[in-house]
Amino acid sequence: MTRPLKTALGLLFTGIMLFPVYWMVNVSFTRDQDMRKSPPDLFPVHGTLAGYRTVLDEQLPYLGTSLVIGLGTVVLTVALAAPAGYALAKLRPRGGGVLGFLLLAAQMIPGIIMAMGFYAIYLQLGLLQSVPGLIVADSTLAVPFAVLIFTAFMSGIPGELLQAAQVDGARALRTFWSVVLPMSRNAVVTVSLFAFLWSWSDFVFAGTLVNGGAHEPITLGIYHYIGNNNQEWNAIMATAVVASLPAAVILVLAQRYVAAGVTAGAVKD
Amino acid sequence: MSTSRSQLTIRTTQAPPPRTESRGAAPQPRRRPASPLWAAWAFLAPVTLYLGLFYAYPLYRNLDLSLRDYTVRSFVQGDAPFTGLANYRKILDDPTFAPALLHTAVFTAVCLVFQYAIGLALAVFFHQNFRLSATLRALFLVPWLLPLIVSASTWSWMLNSESGVVNTLLGALGVGPVNWLTSPSWSLTSVIIANIWIGVPFNLVVLHSGLQSIPAGLYEAAALDGAGAWQRFWRITFPLLRPVSAITLLLGLVYTLKVFDIIWIMTKGGPADSSTTFATWSYRLGFGNLLPAFGPGAAVGNLLVVAALVFGLIYVRVQRKQALS
Repeated sequence: MTRPLKTALGLLFTGIMLFPVYWMVNVSFTRDQDMRKSPPDLFPVHGTLAGYRTVLDEQLPYLGTSLVIGLGTVVLTVALAAPAGYALAKLRPRGGGVLGFLLLAAQMIPGIIMAMGFYAIYLQLGLLQSVPGLIVADSTLAVPFAVLIFTAFMSGIPGELLQAAQVDGARALRTFWSVVLPMSRNAVVTVSLFAFLWSWSDFVFAGTLVNGGAHEPITLGIYHYIGNNNQEWNAIMATAVVASLPAAVILVLAQRYVAAGVTAGAVKD
Repeated sequence: MSTSRSQLTIRTTQAPPPRTESRGAAPQPRRRPASPLWAAWAFLAPVTLYLGLFYAYPLYRNLDLSLRDYTVRSFVQGDAPFTGLANYRKILDDPTFAPALLHTAVFTAVCLVFQYAIGLALAVFFHQNFRLSATLRALFLVPWLLPLIVSASTWSWMLNSESGVVNTLLGALGVGPVNWLTSPSWSLTSVIIANIWIGVPFNLVVLHSGLQSIPAGLYEAAALDGAGAWQRFWRITFPLLRPVSAITLLLGLVYTLKVFDIIWIMTKGGPADSSTTFATWSYRLGFGNLLPAFGPGAAVGNLLVVAALVFGLIYVRVQRKQALS
């Protein structure tokens, strides 16, 4: 096979794979009266921005809530995971291996089980419908992954750099803050991206813990649209397009971090 | 999540056990005396506390839920009578149990096979050197990065019986309209198709990085010996990729077992339980009805936890063995 032919084939495969994404965008521009047309327009020839106008009118509070929750999850995740990664990679206390194993096992727990447990606890504590409560729950999606990423990354920092300063415990904190953390910028970026994306995309925790509350994230905004048997699919798909923007931004700006995060889980270097 | 497909779906793509240094068991000579234990654990204290409060405690509450007879009132007050395994007996006798078990097995197996096969074929294809190869491969990540609610609602509309583009395309081929989401004989297929679409990128990316560690010299030698592309794949690529394949499939298994979002958003497990899996059944029992059945819901969920942990442990074993070899 010649190389131009391979490129053509690659474009074809990518086109097929991304067709649903294209279709989402296409429908988001389709007029209401064309929505049930048979056959549907393959291109938004009579494009309308009505769907996006509806998003601006109805979905901005949801988007704001999602942004707050995403950022909160990032801060909480990095604050918890970076020190833990440092300890596991460089201080290596007795029992650290067990903790690492528990973190791995924690990732295997199905989300709905966690949601049910959180629901029972939050109900008694009066934390249902609260944004901080959802941030804590969403952080469970990212913290184990984050600790393992930080551990793997910080293991690669040469010990000589840390040795000099490290004579007593109090110095460990300064070493962590002024040497290890600045050197781990890439790991911080990777972890932050995934923590943000996962909490932005979360549907299970949002649906159980803040459903019907004053502050709901965008995933519930879309879900309510569908659930109300809404027939304005251009508005639904326009919301979906807007909700996909963080994923698009991440892919464009930080693709190498994404690929690193995906493979970190499964493959030996 | 198909979370979260984790989530990866494998929303969830997930991370390795700390591979090198943190394993305390290996008797390595240390160049310097270890830091005081208390200092190390001071760094670990937040995460340890967090694991206890936000993993162990919810899990415990879930176990407790499954062993008591909860009503809405006693759920708030927390004084439900202890009933032992009664909830588990109840769900085993439930007419939904057998179909849910079957659908979970079919969903998981079919998704895994197709995600892996398509992912591997694409990985081999994109492993070749041609213009745009890296860019196109990056674009394949899109389905994996999208929020599951976005993917699920897009597929719902594409699979709509009257106005969906899938039926339009099939109609052009002369195939009659299929009631993808509203017919009990097609609903499971529909959610499987959507979930395969979400899971392919993870398989592609991981298998592709596995391919890169196979020495190119092997292929050159095989080509000199006159082996065709097909033979090179089955004699070199596939056997040498086995460790990576095992890891990919096991992780995929753990994460496909718990897929919830996609199915719930597209079909809610229906119509008439035709796409109900353990994950959606558990959720429906706990949250889907006016009168929540938290006890049985938690019991179903705990069965899922056990299954996930069993395969999770196998995964850890396989991965450690590979890391040591």
